[in-house]
Amino acid sequence: MGKIEWAMWANEQALAAGLIYATGGIVGVAGQFRGWQFAAFGIAAGVFVCLLEYPRSKRAKGTSVERTGQYCFTACVKAFGPLTRNYYIRAFLHAALCVPGGFMLATVLGSVCLAIASLIYLSAAIHGEHWEPILPRTEPPKRVGESIKEPPQNPPPRPPPELRRKKVDNLETAAYDNPMSVTSNE
Amino acid sequence: MVNWIINHGLSAFIVAVWMAINIFLFVHFYLFYDQGPQFEYTRELLGSALPWARAPAAVLNFNCMLILLPVCRNLLSLIRGSFMCCGRTVRKQLDKNLTFHKLVAYMIALMTAVHTVAHLLNVEWYSNSLDGRYGPLAGNLSILDDSPELNTTYLNPIRSTSTTPTVFVFTTIAGLTGVVITLALILIITSSMEVIRRSYFEVFWYTHHLFIIFFAGLVFHGAGRIVRSQQETDPPHNNELCEDQPGIWGKIPECPIPQFAGGFPQTWMWVIGPMIIYLCERLLRFIRYMQPVSYRKIVIRPSKVLELQLVKSGFKMEVGQYVFLNCPAISQLEWHPFTMTSAPEEDFFSVHIRSVGDWTEKLISMVEKLPEGGQGPKMGVDGPFGTASEDVFDYEVSMLVGAGIGVTPFASILKSIWYKFKDSNPKLRTKRIYFYWLCRETHAFEWFADLLQVHEKEMEERGMRDFLTYKLYLTGWDQSHADHAMVHFDKDTDIITGLKQKTHYGRPNWDREFEQVRQDNPSSVVGTFLCGPQALAEVLEKKCAKYSDVDPRRTKFYFNKENF
Repeated sequence: MGKIEWAMWANEQALAAGLIYATGGIVGVAGQFRGWQFAAFGIAAGVFVCLLEYPRSKRAKGTSVERTGQYCFTACVKAFGPLTRNYYIRAFLHAALCVPGGFMLATVLGSVCLAIASLIYLSAAIHGEHWEPILPRTEPPKRVGESIKEPPQNPPPRPPPELRRKKVDNLETAAYDNPMSVTSNE
Repeated sequence: MVNWIINHGLSAFIVAVWMAINIFLFVHFYLFYDQGPQFEYTRELLGSALPWARAPAAVLNFNCMLILLPVCRNLLSLIRGSFMCCGRTVRKQLDKNLTFHKLVAYMIALMTAVHTVAHLLNVEWYSNSLDGRYGPLAGNLSILDDSPELNTTYLNPIRSTSTTPTVFVFTTIAGLTGVVITLALILIITSSMEVIRRSYFEVFWYTHHLFIIFFAGLVFHGAGRIVRSQQETDPPHNNELCEDQPGIWGKIPECPIPQFAGGFPQTWMWVIGPMIIYLCERLLRFIRYMQPVSYRKIVIRPSKVLELQLVKSGFKMEVGQYVFLNCPAISQLEWHPFTMTSAPEEDFFSVHIRSVGDWTEKLISMVEKLPEGGQGPKMGVDGPFGTASEDVFDYEVSMLVGAGIGVTPFASILKSIWYKFKDSNPKLRTKRIYFYWLCRETHAFEWFADLLQVHEKEMEERGMRDFLTYKLYLTGWDQSHADHAMVHFDKDTDIITGLKQKTHYGRPNWDREFEQVRQDNPSSVVGTFLCGPQALAEVLEKKCAKYSDVDPRRTKFYFNKENF
């Protein structure tokens, strides 16, 4: 199996679990089920988990795909620093949040899904993964004219003026041949 | 617009029919449970949550039946083969099987959600009925027990007031299987998200096998028969008369004690067929895998490309198809698809494998260690699959455009054209081919350049220089490329590919290309084939429309959008 970042799957699972937890909670509260207090907790926990899990982490290897509009969530989650960066804490948090859901039927499914997400996060933490925010890339300002070669700073080396003047009878020693005369007195 | 109808019309029609069946099933079973007289007393306890649970159940039955079928690729190949007589559009639908599979999966997920919520309400209301919270009728109905001495049968599956809904769910077959299979479904869905699938296919593939648990649980889900309906009694129980006075049931002849029985579980009838078909499919894949495959030749190409020429008895392919390869020495369970690069006229089939992931890397490193002329590792081959692209041979003039990795099926096509040409195969109507090869860089495609070189030489020998015109467009050029090209400007062959035809830099100017093809072939029908990105398909489609002439004596361009 290729090297997998477990956190990516844990993230999908936790997001789904949050939604299911919240939905079960809504059903429990709306239907005024017995034990609706657990359902109310389910709604709160579900929404919280969704907010926490919405921003995807930056991948260690490869391109990261953002979820739409996740930047504001990234900023919030980033603000908690090591609490949200560490996956052990997340695994423990999800495990704790899922327990009350087990006491009421409507939230049982969300609770179990969250528990599975917690296990996958534990696996991710054991493998040394952690959460990295995806930040917008700042492009380095384009330098204009980079392809234009720098004009030379110094003139090309020339032999001294005595040798530069063409001697008609001694063409070989002249440094170069002028098609037209360059001195005013010739 | 017309083009859309031609390309997508049949798919849209099939989806519309499927949706219509779903809607019909939902409405039919909703009304059946909402208005059926045999459920009048059940509805007394549950209200409208009963039909809201049963209607999605019917839709679920239908969709669980359908979901296994699009992934039986051998079955689909069989159907495609037998549909050769029918139009290509019909056969093309079979290529959209995965899209359909996903669509059905979404419907299953949605219906599962509705079904589960409705049953949550049901369980709670059954429990409330037993407590007498819904009035005397509901209460009396709920007290009815399954007792031969009193001649009663129960209606409310919750039999004791000390049971909580959670305990009830986990102690009934329906409840337990329901929770388990919903959990399996959720795990399948979260691991099938595109992000996970594209990055870690193995997680997706192995988790997807939870469908075995899903179907096993689904078949037994209704075995508990807890949805009860009223049965005929002798003398008949007159609901209208008796429902207001539950106290006198059994005491007067018009109101005998009502009898109830559970509905016969039906899900297995829907899914047993596809389950057997899928089992056969996996068996077939296994049998094909066991068939011996021998290596005719193994060539390691530059840029870590491996060419394998394989021979398997009874293997027949068409141009542009692909096979799945499995190498147990690397991984027992992984099957990877590769487009075939050989022509059907050859007595072997070949694939060119690039090193892009751990499976391909391991294969290449295993092969590199082999002795000269040795046989490679045991390989299982499943296939061939995919639409055959034989239309290429039907046009007098063909424009073939391959972008990036999309050039691979064209290797097969070009070779096949060449063989047909040499054998003067009457099926080949092509007189001229224009081949456009677009790629960012030629790394990993040098083998294709070699192929073109061979063709180029052969055609020069036959004096057929005009048959194949190919243009290579290097879209990932930079300053060093340009410098190099400038320096070697007057060399006879191209510096990148070694071909006589020079490499162009940047993207093609399609207007100019189409104009030139039109000028060279004033009265032909030109078929344009693309294997590449969608954006390019739209561009080419527009150009074909722009440069086609209504006058039948002038050039016409037909665009074939293929997904090889």
